[in-house]
Amino acid sequence: MTATPTEMMTIAAARLLTNEDVCFVGIGAPSAACNLARLTHAPKITLIYESGTLSTRPTVLPLSIGDGELCDTALTTVSVPEMFRYWLQGGRITIGFLGGAQIDRFANLNTTVVGPYDAPKVRLPGGGGAPEIAIHCGQIFITMAMGSRAFVETLPFITSFGHGTGKGDRAKLGLKTRGPTKIITDLCVMEPDPETSELTVVSLHPGVTREQVQAGCGWPLRFAAELAETPAASAQELAVLRDLHIRTKQAHGVAA
Amino acid sequence: MAEFVSLAQGIEAVLSDGCSVAMEGFTHLIPHAAGHEAIRQARKRLTLIRMTPDLVYDQMIGMGCAERLVFSWGGNPGVGSLHRFRDAVENGWPHKLEIEEHSHAAMANAYEAGAANLPFAVFRGYKGVDLPKVNPKIKSVTCPYTGEVLATVPAIRPDAAIIHALKADREGNVLLEGIVGVQKEAVLAAKRSLVTVEEIVEDFGPRNANAVILPAWTVTAIAHVPGGAYPSYAQGYYKRANDFYIAWDKIARERETFLAWIKANVLEKGPDAFAQHARPSRQAA
Repeated sequence: MTATPTEMMTIAAARLLTNEDVCFVGIGAPSAACNLARLTHAPKITLIYESGTLSTRPTVLPLSIGDGELCDTALTTVSVPEMFRYWLQGGRITIGFLGGAQIDRFANLNTTVVGPYDAPKVRLPGGGGAPEIAIHCGQIFITMAMGSRAFVETLPFITSFGHGTGKGDRAKLGLKTRGPTKIITDLCVMEPDPETSELTVVSLHPGVTREQVQAGCGWPLRFAAELAETPAASAQELAVLRDLHIRTKQAHGVAA
Repeated sequence: MAEFVSLAQGIEAVLSDGCSVAMEGFTHLIPHAAGHEAIRQARKRLTLIRMTPDLVYDQMIGMGCAERLVFSWGGNPGVGSLHRFRDAVENGWPHKLEIEEHSHAAMANAYEAGAANLPFAVFRGYKGVDLPKVNPKIKSVTCPYTGEVLATVPAIRPDAAIIHALKADREGNVLLEGIVGVQKEAVLAAKRSLVTVEEIVEDFGPRNANAVILPAWTVTAIAHVPGGAYPSYAQGYYKRANDFYIAWDKIARERETFLAWIKANVLEKGPDAFAQHARPSRQAA
């Protein structure tokens, strides 16, 4: 079995999670990655969805962040104000998982508009929990499929803050959290450069070339001096992920 | 003291043209039947407040009920866009929609401030982002104890709150459990409120001492509308109709298909149409 690029993205993201992590989970690839980790190497991982469900263990992936499945399998469920005040702002979350429509070279994200705010070409859903997830979680993992319209030179709107215009910008805002530390894409894994915070490709997924990665990015990408290859998906990882997607599809007629 | 009314009477009682309304329910217990009734009664120039506009406001915006939208995430969860919301913002159809956009944390805090009878909410947020540049209501305050600069937003104090709950008892007390979102805060922050419920019972009986209960004297009107959250869900009664959320993408994408759906499923129907979605809890999978 060979993983598709999207499966490889989910699997590479799942591998970064541990039993000790307390994860604030978004819908889509983050939810798949977190639950794959829980069903493979990190059974004790704590998953939190912004609907208020703490330590949830869904058997199928939810379509929304508030599916009944999350509440049914949660340790407890709190109100939404409590979720944002005590748990997120309270600093209880170690990893926030975000995606976005667009990202720039310092891992700032846009999920608000394409074009001017007052007369948008495309009106996207907006920030939701992301602006505060980005500043309160210990660190941020971002999962996004690459493409030159998604990885852009300049964002039309900053919905959630990554590293601003470079190293030191988070500290200037008084932020003590690390911000985006890993960007897991369908082609590679990137990390902010320790000196500049500019995103740098550190690992290519199996069979992917530098040219392919560059073609999916709107700015000239930096590559690490020692570029690694992401270990291929194991048969177990793929089997568990595909099984999860099949169960999910049966549960609500779509792969989440 | 809460009065038991029909859904039509309830909407007439709490919702007038030009008023502000928060119809809350965080994915769970979204008051869809009440939204349909507002459309049937052709309410206009409303300020619609909701963290996630969801299908309920997509429908009301598409039918021209809204002048203004206060929100924090305007998508179809797990599916994609809210097409009627997008058409209003991008093309001004059926008319221009003014927006006041926040983050979830800001709105949750603003509801809480409203319930607490405070003028504004204070929290640590909106750092390094563009929303404060386009929303002049986002301001800041300096902590008098530490000197830290914190974000502020005005409290949400809607004219009306409308929610869907699991049960009311004969005295008009209201109970909700599961994902309880910001409904308690929305009702306590509002001047008047309408609660639609799955079930009216003599007495709540044995219950969790920490269940969310809104006493009868905090609620204006209660209407019995079984299935009234559909395609959202009611914990222990029926599940979220994820297939309908997926189907909505196609229905709402074009103005014609949207209008045809509203005509057949809202304008030509009544609250009873929701009953088919309600099932006794023992049958809910």
